[in-house]
Amino acid sequence: MGKTLFEKIWEKHIVKTIDDGPSVLYIDKHLIHEVTSPQAFAGIEKRGLQLFRPKQIVATADHNVPTLDQHLPIKEQLSRMQVDTLIKNCANHGIELYGLGHPYQGIVHVIGPELGITQPGMTIVCGDSHTSTHGAFGSIAFGIGTSEVEMVFATQCLLQTKPKQMRINVEGELREGVLSKDIVLYILAKISASGATGYAVEYAGSTIRNLSMEARMTVCNMSIEMGARCGLIAPDETTFEYVYGRNFAPEGIEWIKALQYWQTLYSDDDATFDAEINIDAADITPMITYGTNPGMGIGVNQLVPLGQSLDIKDRPSFAKAMEYMGIEPGSAIRGQKIDYVFIGSCTNSRIEDLRLVADFVKGKHKADEVEVWIVPGSKQVEQQAIEEGIDKIFEEAGFQLRQPGCSACLGMNEDKIPAGKYCISTSNRNFEGRQGAGARTLLASPLTAAAAAITGRVTDVSELLAGYN
Amino acid sequence: MSKNKINIIHSTFVPLNIENVDTDQIIPARFLKGTTRDGFGKNLFRDWRYENDDEATPKKDFPLNQPQYNGTILVAGKNFGCGSSREHAAWAILDAGFSAVVSSFFADIFKNNALNNGVLPVTVSEKFLEEIFSQGNEATLTISLPEQSITIDATGIKERFDINSYKKECLINGYDDIDYLLNIKEDIINYETQHA
Repeated sequence: MGKTLFEKIWEKHIVKTIDDGPSVLYIDKHLIHEVTSPQAFAGIEKRGLQLFRPKQIVATADHNVPTLDQHLPIKEQLSRMQVDTLIKNCANHGIELYGLGHPYQGIVHVIGPELGITQPGMTIVCGDSHTSTHGAFGSIAFGIGTSEVEMVFATQCLLQTKPKQMRINVEGELREGVLSKDIVLYILAKISASGATGYAVEYAGSTIRNLSMEARMTVCNMSIEMGARCGLIAPDETTFEYVYGRNFAPEGIEWIKALQYWQTLYSDDDATFDAEINIDAADITPMITYGTNPGMGIGVNQLVPLGQSLDIKDRPSFAKAMEYMGIEPGSAIRGQKIDYVFIGSCTNSRIEDLRLVADFVKGKHKADEVEVWIVPGSKQVEQQAIEEGIDKIFEEAGFQLRQPGCSACLGMNEDKIPAGKYCISTSNRNFEGRQGAGARTLLASPLTAAAAAITGRVTDVSELLAGYN
Repeated sequence: MSKNKINIIHSTFVPLNIENVDTDQIIPARFLKGTTRDGFGKNLFRDWRYENDDEATPKKDFPLNQPQYNGTILVAGKNFGCGSSREHAAWAILDAGFSAVVSSFFADIFKNNALNNGVLPVTVSEKFLEEIFSQGNEATLTISLPEQSITIDATGIKERFDINSYKKECLINGYDDIDYLLNIKEDIINYETQHA
């Protein structure tokens, strides 16, 4: 019987399987950051253990770093201590660290691919749920807790049960102004924030095939928002071309050998999936969320649902979300006033995202009452943006280009949205308080966010684009 | 490393009848700055517990602030623990004195994190969950891990729950995965040699 892409990689990484229990899965690459690693280092030290394979670990500081004046010491004492602890731990245990000030520093899920650390066929873990991003390269990549970080430190392995297999096929051409972010928000709206729990999700179909690597990463990134263990896309020429020549990509004969393996990574025609979903790309319009989980999304021209349209037991949670958001059920989301625009996060902070936004806003200016933060995903993205003159376009538009980090996606540093304010955000979560206590988040694509920055309201970017052409 | 052992839990419970409780609600990101596993309990559900982030103004209608609700079992709506992988969520629940969470559905990463910290995630049917929520505040539940069952004591209604036998053994004996993995290091090294 045929195998799925996931199964091919999974089986290659099984060290052994416990009877009626989980499998021991070998981990090729382990990415770490300052927030979810300190207790794991402490655990290893407490047990009197050494790190088993420190050369397979790469570290960066991203969650808890400021996005202004990164050359200065971190002002907030607890944040500084956490970042300093990472520096100390990496030095003590021989781990490569791309910390603040390093030209490779950035959001862990941006730098992995950008440096060629992320490669097809690998198993990759990180103490961060958006590790699913790396699945865009045809790897098994998933987020883990700190106890699991400690297990990988100690043994380079994890005990895992094999997830069920789901395939989501997206076919056809995307409409004008529709980006890969809209695809994933559309899928989420269709299957809900728990619709893929227990599954590994493979994204397939002509629409997915035609996406760039950056766009594929955006889709895989939000797999966790459906509850999926991981998301993945079969590697192809687009993938190989992206990886080739990057800092840590294989070279020479190693490249040829790697390529031979990578070319075997696809789901066989007779592979079986436990669930399969088909989506017509033409049905997808620019999307936006109106509630407090990423599954609560609609097309920008649609109306927010009415509580009565929902299952009776879902109504209290819906009412709670609407009250938090200050949004009337049944109302239009289009025209909703916006206070902040955040373009960044591991979902949408790559150079392609910044280029799209710059291309759209060139010669325009933000609405007066809106504050716009652009937070590049890495030092390399920032540098590239400067080289391409994108920074100037943002400056003229009144957008603030900040320094790399997770920033207002989770509001761990000082980049918080004030209580009650509306923020259109290219990040991945609209949970209550995610961007700051009381902050109201509307998730959207970089183009929809840029359009809102210009008009000060939720806007159908496809109409603006039509006028613009 | 030894941790919380679990066998039979008999307790009143705290009802949290909300669906899709994400880990940002369980412990908001601004409280993740610690470098140890301790002390997260006081910020459990921080923004649902207090007005304006102020401990002097607890929200009276939130169950954790209502003295009639107490015990070592937390009962919550479906898709509990979705979102961020932060293990701090499990640490906060443990630190606040809970040893089990009951829901009709758990997010994957949270479930693993809970199991790795000796907090038992008990998945029950929607119907059973509704039954629990309909009980008065003095009602008790009995969770038997050896038997893999949960009982509403007042009515005797009982349901069986699933847990894989390896994890069950670990919880009953206080073992963790690292103990197991360290014991098979030779297999791991052999694997590496074969796949080099």
